Amino acid sequence: MSIAVRGLTKLYGETKAVDDISFDVKTGEILGFLGPNGAGKTTTMKIITCYMPPNSGTVEVDGLNIAEHSLEVRKKIGYLPETNPLYYDMNVLDYLEYSARLHALKGGAIQHRMKEMAHVCGLEEVRHKDIGELSKGYRQRVGLAQAMIHDPDVLIMDEPTSGLDPNQIVEIRNLIKQLGRAKTVVLSTHILSEVQATCNRVLIINEGRIVADGTPEQLRAQFQGAEAITLELRAPAAHPLEQVAPKLRSLPGVTNVELLSHADSLFRFLLHAEKGSDVREAAFRLAVAEGWILLELYRKVTSLEEVFHKLTTS
Amino acid sequence: MDFSNIFTIYRREIRSYFNSPVAYVVIVVFLAIIGWFFTSNLFLMNVASLRIVFELVPIVFLFFVPAITMRLLAEEKKAGTLELLTTKPVRDVEIVLGKFLAAWTLLAAALAPTLIYLISMMLLGKPDVGPVITGYLGLILMGAVYIGIGLFASSLTENQIIAFIVAFLIVLALFMMDKVLMFVPAALTSTVEFLGIDYHFSNIARGVIDSRDIIYFASLIGFSLMLATLSLERRKW
Repeated sequence: MSIAVRGLTKLYGETKAVDDISFDVKTGEILGFLGPNGAGKTTTMKIITCYMPPNSGTVEVDGLNIAEHSLEVRKKIGYLPETNPLYYDMNVLDYLEYSARLHALKGGAIQHRMKEMAHVCGLEEVRHKDIGELSKGYRQRVGLAQAMIHDPDVLIMDEPTSGLDPNQIVEIRNLIKQLGRAKTVVLSTHILSEVQATCNRVLIINEGRIVADGTPEQLRAQFQGAEAITLELRAPAAHPLEQVAPKLRSLPGVTNVELLSHADSLFRFLLHAEKGSDVREAAFRLAVAEGWILLELYRKVTSLEEVFHKLTTS
Repeated sequence: MDFSNIFTIYRREIRSYFNSPVAYVVIVVFLAIIGWFFTSNLFLMNVASLRIVFELVPIVFLFFVPAITMRLLAEEKKAGTLELLTTKPVRDVEIVLGKFLAAWTLLAAALAPTLIYLISMMLLGKPDVGPVITGYLGLILMGAVYIGIGLFASSLTENQIIAFIVAFLIVLALFMMDKVLMFVPAALTSTVEFLGIDYHFSNIARGVIDSRDIIYFASLIGFSLMLATLSLERRKW
């Protein structure tokens, strides 16, 4: 089930929260919405889930326009809002039943899905407790459970792992990945490792505009600067720094050699090399030929953090 | 319109009323006030009459109904649960109707125990049951109008106190209409009187069911629920 967003613009008074955004999401994609606070992630999600209309632009979910077929679209979507609003005076099972009924589930299907969601989201121990008594992590799971209760084809989740502890985060990420194979998932986050761990596509938005779109690998490659390789080696006493450094400098592709630390015969360098070249192999061969003992050889990779930082600060 | 959605929302509201002390406190206070006036009439004045109930309840409703309706939408707005509810496949009018019916049920539940007074009077003598039945019908209809207005007030804000005050002022204005006729220009008196809710209620409570009164109540209920629905849709404007 696909989502097609075209030219979406949303104004809050004078400010443009979302500014002419267009993108597509296909079945089996887990799209990570990345952006600083106030970039327009939540607004875009609220529009897709039919909570509020855009000022201009259209959204189609499975070919259905959200303005014309609002009810049909809402049937297909499971939504977890950022604030995870819940009725604190209801117990977990009652709340799940309520959500199931609003999604037009009937009779046996309700009990079946409730049981399944309680199991999948780890709610079995607390199923008879009032939601107000639960910890933030459990409440988040209840939020996820209500979003998935009707087995929707499209899942929209605004910061799904907020408030969870590291173990729960791993569980929920695995759950999302598993669901993402057969469904269309859009999730927002400002935790970059989350995108790397769960999403197979990233959309970075800043000030209401899309500034990058691609797989995490593509984005990293796109924003990869010059190569940088960290190298630590032990040279025989007969080889002083003056002798080691120039040899490294003379490797093909290397543009600069920086000494990071130096103690007796232990050297630590940072080799700068031309973009797209990989000097690790040459460095290794050189070390073997010279009789240096290679202790560390590490190629620094541009992280999503750096990509994010480059794109969202100007 | 999907009645199962209305029922789902209705059921949640009913549970929410009766799972918390709110419903019980409100009902007890309501019964205590009515009971005190009824029994003091009965024992001190030696008058076994439900007239006092029908005079007093419309006034108590002015406070009672806004108190039970103020949270209906304002609370959900504040907690953000309304966002989740409106992104479910549910029409806004179904939300409004579900909540309206729940508050109406609570009102009927508060009113029901006062039938004990009727029973005790029937044991003591032969009261004229006709006007009592129409009187109760009038109270239920009047309460429904107040609930519609309270629901509309609750849809305007996320602050329950403001919802209470707005609802109270509107129902008070409606209640006072036929009591301020002396300040109204002569040409307008009949119009203003017709707009007053107590005028129609006293017609019904006298035992006369006139279609004009029923239409008055029905149109006010419909109008207030329509306003509440429109106000809920305001996010889409």
